Amino acid sequence: MKCDFCDKKATVFLTQLVEGQMKKVCLCDACAKERGVTDPTGFSLADLLLGGMAAGKGSVTTAKTAVAAGGGRRCPSCGFTLDDLRRVRRFGCSDCYATFGEEVSQMLRGLHKGTSHIGKVPDGLMARQVLNQRLEELRSRLDQAVSSESYEEAAGIRDEIRNIELGAKA
Amino acid sequence: MMRFSTLIKNPADWMTGGQGEHGAVLTSRIRLARNLRGHPFPGWAKRDQRAAALELIQPAVEALPPMKDAFSQQLGSLNPVQKQVLVERHLISREHAARGDGSAAVIERRQTFSLMINEEDHLRMQAIRPGLQLTAAFNALSALDSELEKSLEFAFDPSLGYLTTCPTNLGTGLRASAMLHLPALVLSDQIGQILQAVSKIGLAVRGLYGEGTESLGNLYQISNQSTLGESEETIIRRLERVIAEVAVHESNAREKLLEDDPAMVADKIGRAYGTLRHAHLIESKEALNHLSILRLGGCVGVFPPETVMLCDSLLMDIQPAHLQLHSGRKLSPEERDSIRAEIVRSRLLSLHSPDNRSTSHEPKPVPDPHNHPGDA
Repeated sequence: MKCDFCDKKATVFLTQLVEGQMKKVCLCDACAKERGVTDPTGFSLADLLLGGMAAGKGSVTTAKTAVAAGGGRRCPSCGFTLDDLRRVRRFGCSDCYATFGEEVSQMLRGLHKGTSHIGKVPDGLMARQVLNQRLEELRSRLDQAVSSESYEEAAGIRDEIRNIELGAKA
Repeated sequence: MMRFSTLIKNPADWMTGGQGEHGAVLTSRIRLARNLRGHPFPGWAKRDQRAAALELIQPAVEALPPMKDAFSQQLGSLNPVQKQVLVERHLISREHAARGDGSAAVIERRQTFSLMINEEDHLRMQAIRPGLQLTAAFNALSALDSELEKSLEFAFDPSLGYLTTCPTNLGTGLRASAMLHLPALVLSDQIGQILQAVSKIGLAVRGLYGEGTESLGNLYQISNQSTLGESEETIIRRLERVIAEVAVHESNAREKLLEDDPAMVADKIGRAYGTLRHAHLIESKEALNHLSILRLGGCVGVFPPETVMLCDSLLMDIQPAHLQLHSGRKLSPEERDSIRAEIVRSRLLSLHSPDNRSTSHEPKPVPDPHNHPGDA
C-alpha cells in the first residue's frame, strides 16, 4: 500500500470513525515522522487531515476522534489528550472517563476501597435515562408504523411521545 | 442578597458548639463534589465555557429553599482580605480563594452550607455542624444535592458514580472530616501512635488548615480518602466510630495527666492563662497554642465550661484576615500582634485566674429583701 502523501511504501496506518464510516490514512516512515505521527507525546489526526492531505487522496474531511500510532488519544467532547492526562492526572470533562477507560482502570488500581460505585444515585438522572430509552423505542416503532402505513397505530404512538415530552418539561 | 459584612458579623453556630465528645470534636464537615454533564471541567474549560457553567449553576443554587437570601458572589468581586476571611472560616478552600471571575461562592446565612462554583469541580458543596455530627451534616447536604439534581444534570456513570476532575474523588464525591482538639494526647506523647493507627486504616490526618499545613493549637483533621466502592453511609459510619474512639483516648489521656502529674497540668494552664491575659504582642502561633491549653482547662473543669466556646470563637477571630477585617485596614505583622493581644485580653477579662476561681466564681445567693418566698 502506498503513502497518502507521497508514493513510497506506507508503514503507518491510522484508522478512525467519521460519521459512522471507517476511514483509513496510510503514511510512509518519512511522512509519519515529518507530521509527528510517531511522536507519542501528542498529535492530532484532525490537524494532519485538515492541513495538508494530498489533494484528491484525502477522502476524510472531518475528524472527530483521533487514534495515533503512539496512542495519543484525544477526547472527542473536550479535546483533552492522553498526554494531558499523564501530565496532570486529572480529566478534561466527564466524557474523558469513557475516552480514557483503560487509563481510568489503571489509575483506580489501589486508589480506593473498590473500583465500582456503591452509594447514592441521582434520582432525576435515572428517571431521565429511563424516559429517554422509552422515547427512543417509541420513535422507532413510529417509524415502522408509518412505513407500514398503519396510520392509526402511528397516531397513538405519536400521542404517547407527545405526552412523555410534555411530562418531562413540566 | 446578603452582604459580606452581614454574613461575617456573627460567628456561626458551628464555631462555638463543639462541646460533645468531651470537647475533643469541634466540627464535622461533609463535602460533595459534583460536575455538569457535557461541560468541560473548570480546570480545562475556556473562559466562556466556565462562565456558561457558572450561569447554569449559580441561579440553580440560589433557588434552593435553604439558600434563600444567601451570600452569593463571584470571587472577582471580593478583595483579598474578604477571601482570606472565608478561608479562615473554612467556608471556601485556599484554592478557591485564588480564583477570580468565573468562580463563585454561595454561602447560606447561618454559614452551615457553603457552595463553591468552579473550584476544581463545577460544584463543591459543604455542610458544617458543631461536634461529632457527620451523619446529620451528610443528610442535610444530600437533601440539598437531591433538590439540585432536579434542575442540574450531574455527570454520573452507573459503574464509576459521580464523575470528578480528579479520580481521587470519584464515586461518591464525598469527603467527610472532623476537626479534633487533642492536647492531652500531644502532652502525653501518644499522638504519633494514635495518628499512625488512624492513617493505617486508610483515613487521612491533617493539620488545622487542610492539606500540607502543620498542626497548630493541637488541632487535627481526620477525613476519609477512599470515595469509590463504599456507600456514603459506610464511609461516614467508619469515620464516626474512629473519631469517637480517638475522643475517648483523648479523654483518658486527660484523666491520666491530671492524676499522674497535676502540677505539670496546672503549670501549663496557669502559664497559658498568664500569657494570654497579659501579653501585648502575640503571634498567631503562640496565641493558638496557649488558647489550646486554655481550652483544655475549660474541658477539665479548671475554668467554667463556657471557656471552651470562648476559645473556639477566639480561634477564628485572631487569624490574620479576621484581624484586618476587624480593623478595617491592612495591618503590618507587628500591628496584627498588638491587636491580636488586645482582643484576647479583652475577651478574657471576665475569666478568673485558675488559682482563685473557687472564691470568685461561685457567688453566694444574695437574699432579696423585697421578695420573700412567703409573700407570694
